[in-house]
This record gives sequence, C-alpha cells and structure tokens, in this order.
Amino acid sequence: MSRIAQAFQNKKAFIAFITGGDPDLETTEELICAMDQAGADLIEIGVPFSDPTAEGIVIQEANARALAAGCTTDKLFEMVSRVRRRTQIPLVFLTYMNPIYTYGKERFFRQCRTAGIDGVIIPDLPFEEKEEVAPICAEYGVDLVPLIAPTSKERITMIAKEAKGFIYCVSSLGVTGVRSEIRTDIGAMVRLVKSVTDLPCAVGFGISTPEQAAKMAAVSDGAIVGSAIVKLVAKDGKDCVEAVSEYVRSMKEAIAGLDDFTS
Amino acid sequence: MKKGRYGDYGGQYIPETLMNAVIELENAYEHYKNDPEFNRELEDLLKNYAGRPSLLYYAEKMTKDLGGAKIYLKREDLNHTGSHKINNVLGQVLLAKKMGKTRVIAETGAGQHGVATATAAALMGMECEIFMGKEDTDRQVLNVYRMELLGAKVHAVTSGTQTLKDAVNETMREWTRRVDDTLYVLGSVMGPHPFPMIVRDFQSVIGREIRQQLLEREGRLPDAVLACVGGGSNAMGAFYEFIPETSVRLIGCEAAGLGVDTDQHAATIAKGTRGIFHGMKSIFCQDEYGQIAPVYSISAGLDYPGIGPEHAMLHDTGRAEYVPITDEEAVQAFEYLSRTEGIIPAVESAHAVAYARKLAPAMKPDQIIVVNLSGRGDKDVAAIARYRGVQIYE
Repeated sequence: MSRIAQAFQNKKAFIAFITGGDPDLETTEELICAMDQAGADLIEIGVPFSDPTAEGIVIQEANARALAAGCTTDKLFEMVSRVRRRTQIPLVFLTYMNPIYTYGKERFFRQCRTAGIDGVIIPDLPFEEKEEVAPICAEYGVDLVPLIAPTSKERITMIAKEAKGFIYCVSSLGVTGVRSEIRTDIGAMVRLVKSVTDLPCAVGFGISTPEQAAKMAAVSDGAIVGSAIVKLVAKDGKDCVEAVSEYVRSMKEAIAGLDDFTS
Repeated sequence: MKKGRYGDYGGQYIPETLMNAVIELENAYEHYKNDPEFNRELEDLLKNYAGRPSLLYYAEKMTKDLGGAKIYLKREDLNHTGSHKINNVLGQVLLAKKMGKTRVIAETGAGQHGVATATAAALMGMECEIFMGKEDTDRQVLNVYRMELLGAKVHAVTSGTQTLKDAVNETMREWTRRVDDTLYVLGSVMGPHPFPMIVRDFQSVIGREIRQQLLEREGRLPDAVLACVGGGSNAMGAFYEFIPETSVRLIGCEAAGLGVDTDQHAATIAKGTRGIFHGMKSIFCQDEYGQIAPVYSISAGLDYPGIGPEHAMLHDTGRAEYVPITDEEAVQAFEYLSRTEGIIPAVESAHAVAYARKLAPAMKPDQIIVVNLSGRGDKDVAAIARYRGVQIYE
C-alpha cells in the first residue's frame, strides 16, 4: 500500500499544508517532523512560486518570504531527502506548472521519486491538460492528485475516474484562505466521486477551526488546512514549531472522534 | 493543430474552478460568431460608436524625411477611447451580455484596456471592476480617474511587482471568487484558450481594413507591417490577415527598456524562455526555476513578462520577426512623430514607430511599410516630460 493510501487507512485524515522554505528550509524540515508527531496524516509542501494565482494573500506572502529567503526547487528537494530519513509521513508537493516545466518535467519527477515525494497537486493543471505530466508521474510512481471545485458539476466523475492518490475537493469558490462559513454541499460532491472511484476525497480551502474540520471530515475522508497554519508560521517565524504542533494536535483531535463513522 | 494550440503553445492551464467558465465562453463564442444578429450589432457598434474603419494615413513628411519606403500609419489611435483595445472590448462585452452575464472584470497596464472595458460596460449597462498594478495607477493617474468617471471600480494591486502581470493574477483570482455572473474580459491575445483566439478574431479587423485600404490607395499589399508587442493584441490584429501572404514581413516591436543586456527590459522573445503561466504555454521572462522575472519598460502597456502563444509560434516558425526597442528609442520616436506628422502616439505604439525609422531608409521608395499606431499618446505626456526631466502636473 502506498504511503498516501495509508494516510486514509481506517481513519479520517488530517492534511497539513506549509509553504516550503518559509521562513527557511530548516524550519520547514522541523515543522514536517513536528506535525507528523502531532498527528498529521499527510503533509502538503508548497513549492514557492512568484505568481501563485490560486492562493489568497496569506499563502502569497509565504511564497514571497520563501523566495526572498533563497528557497529554490533544488534546495527543496535536498530538504525533502533529509526529512525522508526522519519520517515516513506521506509528502505531497503543491506546485504550479511553471516550476515543473522549466526545471524539466522528467527531471522534476525523477527527483520527486529519489527524494521521497509521494504525490503532486498542480492547481493550474486541469483535467484537459493533465497529459502534460500524467505519463511521467506514472513512470516515477508519483500520484497526480486532481482538484474538483464547486463549479465542476458534471466534470467530477470524469476527473475522479482518472485520479491517483486522493481527490482534493475545493470547498468554496475563490482562492485559498480562511473563511467563516463554507456553504457548498460537500456531501453531494463526495458522493459523485465515490460513485466512480474508491479513492479517498479530502476537503480543503477555507478550513481553520476544529469545528469546521470536523464538519468537513464528517462528509469526506479528510480535511486539508493551509492558510491557518501558514499564519502561525508568519507570526512566529523560526519559533513557530510549537504553536503549529499544538494547532495540528487540536485539529487532529477534532476529526479523530469521527473515525467510527468512516464511510 | 489541437484546439486552442498554436504549435505546442497555448492550452488551458487554469484552476479547475474556472474550467466550466472557459468552456461556457468558448461555446458561446462559437455560437455567436456565426450569429447574424450578433455580427450586425457588433458591426454597428464598431462603426457608429468606435468610429471604424480607422484611417490609413500616408505619412508623407515622415516618408520623405527617412528617404526610403513609403510609410502608412493605421490610425487605431483615432478610435473611441484612443486605442485598438475598443475593438476587442466591444466584442467581448457584447458576448458577455448575450451570455447573460451582468458584470465584467479586466486587468489593465497602461489603462487603455481598462478604459475601453469601462466604456463598453457603461454603454451596455454592465457592472465593471478593473485591476491595475499600484505602480501603474501611480503613473497613469488620469486613466484611473477616467475609469471611475465611466462608473468602474478600480482596484490598485499591491502584490508582486505591482504591474500588469500582477493585475492579471488578481483578475484571475477575482474570477474564481465570482464566476457565475462575471466574465473576465481579457485584454490581449494571451491567457487560456479561448481568449487568444477570441481577442485575435475581434482585433483582426485591423488587418482586414489595412488590406482593403491599401489596395484602394496603392493597388498592392504592404511589404512590412509593424506593431508593438506586449501581450500582442494590436500586433496580432494587424498581422493575422497577412499571415498567408508570405511577401509581407510581419515585425513585432518589443520593449527593451534600458536594453536587452540589462535586467531592466520586457523583451520576451529576445530574452525569454518557454514556460507555462497565466493559463498558457508560451515564452516568458523568467529564471532557471521558472520564477517569473520582474520586467521593466517606460511603457506600462508593454511591461509584461510574457507574449501571446500565437506570437510564440509565429516566432518559432519564422513567419514573424520580433525586434527589441529601448525606452530611449521609443521616446525619440514619440517626439519625432509628434513634430513630423503632428500625431502624438502612445508610448507603446512609439516602439513600432521607432523601428520604422530604422527600417524605412534601408528599403526602396516603391516599397510600403504599415505601422499600426495602436493608441494615442495623451496619457503619456506627463511620463515623457518626466523622462526628459520636466516636472508637469497632470
């Protein structure tokens, strides 16, 4: 069983996102280990990009901080190789197409496999363009995790059928960021996914409180939290590890109580 | 060629949230472009509102002064709102209206596309919001107020380099926030399919008119068509008609800023590499890791780190040529055309005028150059004055 599949094995998954290299790569490495210890089931690492068009202001600023601190794709791969010796938690890159394309698609995914990256989420690579990388992902055993959105409607089953790893269900319109309320009928989206695949379906965008995480995880296979964690990193910089651990623990606890009801 | 592709360039590299919106747009466009009623309405707007056809003016003094090829200016600067942008905007906003949208959003660099969009929105009763880099709202103060006069809300974008690329980022983000009632009226032949096609088609009226007007005047086709290139909409509009006419040289003039050997330029073809950004595979100014480079030009409208995918293909196939023009050359051309012909060009268009000054003397008197004068220069007067060390207050 793949590491990603294990993250959802008989439990609701708590998925934590941080931007790689924010505030620096040493802190990113410590955060990955600490979040693993605190109960995170899967970690998404954002590959910093100059123009992250699907992100809200919190993660935009994290990208800018990481780049200003000198993070590059090569240094990020080196960090992943190091942290892989310390933890077996599934690691997924969230990256825009351009850092992959300019690095060289083949070289990028070969490095993913060597370093121990289990999957990639590419917000600007819709179903229609996935052949750009899907064959190479398959060759190197890196899962290409697709996104579905509230506007996807009839596209959901088409996307889910060819998904790998898990399906990232975008909870709301707009970009990433904390929201006070999520109005989308997530349950209906998940049911459509489940009608064509056994892959897990995790919900992200807008989740920040334990209550929201529990609510989203109750109708899906897990909750993804990014901006709320990145805010803690922004606030405390290199000293953020303890606060992030505490936050991750509280979020994991909120959804762990749901495990009995796993669909 | 695959749908939405120009060779390997183009495509639809956008968030899933927007996919149904671009599919809906493509379907609507494919329907309405063949709809006689839509075309009648658009032609009426172009003729009676925008003032088309625009003049093809024989620049006799400039021709004599340069002592080579005959120079004609395609006067897109005489269109309502002062640039070629209105051609595309009338088409897209009319399309938005037919699609049942009630709100349009757009990016703008110099403000010409923003002004045109705000104008069409006012005319057709649509809500309008414009995203403009903070640096550009500062250097184009008059255009900001103009858009507000027209009833648009202008957002100054403070992220990234605070210029055109960031305005595009923010408009794309806004579209994902509110996609149901809103159409993103993209201003150039860039972005995800179908935008490069739609904008090209609506701008191609420029080239069709050039052909017809020149045939009437000279009984022949031009030897070269020159246009400035940022994203490349006025150039594509002027070139498209002539792509099959291989005797016609197509020359795009890029913004070289302080020079292509400095890091202060926006010369994508001269200095860029292939990448995937803003919804398209094309050529971009970027570093080895794909981080988009901060670009620079005196011209806010050419201050963009990419180029439309069809231009990238025309460059690769050699059908079109792309040349860099520095700030200094553009400013000199701005002043030259003002004094020689009594026409103040947009500083963007001045890049094409600058290349005509280099090219014409090397050509024969029986040859013809058409320069697409994409916009008028009133908006640039204060910036040119500052460049020359004169402080004036707008």
